[in-house]
Amino acid sequence: MERVPVLKIGDILLVSIQIDMEDQVALQLQEDLADKIVVTGCHGVIIDISALDIVDSFVGRTLATIASVSKVLDADTVVVGMRPAVAITLVELGLSLPGIRTALNVELGMKLLAQEREQYELDLEDEDEEPAVSTR
Amino acid sequence: MTTWDGAAAAERVAIISDQDVVRVRQLVRTLAVAVKLSLVDQTKIVTAASELARNTLVYGGGGNAEVSRVDNGRKPGIRIVFADEGPGIPDLDLALTDGYTTGGGMGLGLSGARRLVDEFEIDTEVGKGTTISVTKWCR
Ligand SMILES: Nc1ncnc2c1ncn2[C@@H]1O[C@H](COP(=O)(O)OP(=O)(O)OP(=O)(O)O)[C@@H](O)[C@H]1O
Ligand SMILES: [Mg+2]
Repeated sequence: MERVPVLKIGDILLVSIQIDMEDQVALQLQEDLADKIVVTGCHGVIIDISALDIVDSFVGRTLATIASVSKVLDADTVVVGMRPAVAITLVELGLSLPGIRTALNVELGMKLLAQEREQYELDLEDEDEEPAVSTR
Repeated sequence: MTTWDGAAAAERVAIISDQDVVRVRQLVRTLAVAVKLSLVDQTKIVTAASELARNTLVYGGGGNAEVSRVDNGRKPGIRIVFADEGPGIPDLDLALTDGYTTGGGMGLGLSGARRLVDEFEIDTEVGKGTTISVTKWCR
């Protein structure tokens, strides 16, 4: 079975899907990515689907699961490079991919991840500074 | 990889594994390009075929897909007939409802595939099996 490689670039993990994945390959990717997030401590994942000429309900669901699992492991996921025809088809299929962040390309995806991480760290600092005030 | 150039009238693929679902997608894509469907329509018919091939495998217990070039006298198109001898679909209206699934999926395959094609015919009998025919015409 083929495997989709997960690359560590700086503090993000980059997955570039270059093959027409069998369902098992998509499930394997889901597992590999979760492992790699834990091992590397990366806080961001970019999934580049610019080479995919279709996204069906299975791949769509896999992307959504990856995003949720990553979130639980303290990493944000951005799906980048979706082709216009794929976007049109996905919407007509009825898949709105809730909870999935998207960007047009890898570069914009990286920017988005950096912004989110910055905001997250600011929020953390705020919580540290202000003593917890109970409102009730 | 399939090398079919879409010249033959029809091609049949057995659907008994994950890999066969990929094979169906590739075959449909090859023919969709050969009959010159627009890029969006190619994407739609390949996506619909992927959904139906997976249903044939998962719920139908395997079966086959017959991919053919069709012509209605005015324009060419592509037709795919999926057939299995599985359990059949007891309540078709329900199965065609967005979100209805008996397999923990998203319940979008059948209803979504119907939206993505020009013609959608389904023939199913409990205990006998299911046959689904989808057609996409060039514009
Ligand atoms: N070939 C088939 N034979 C028997 N039952 C089928 C067949 N195809 C579909 N079904 C039934 O119809 C239901 C709806 O199918 P549909 O493809 O819409 O959803 P799903 O496969 O459950 O999820 P998704 O396709 O979104 O991952 C299935 O859960 C199954 O019960
Ligand atoms: Mg399905």
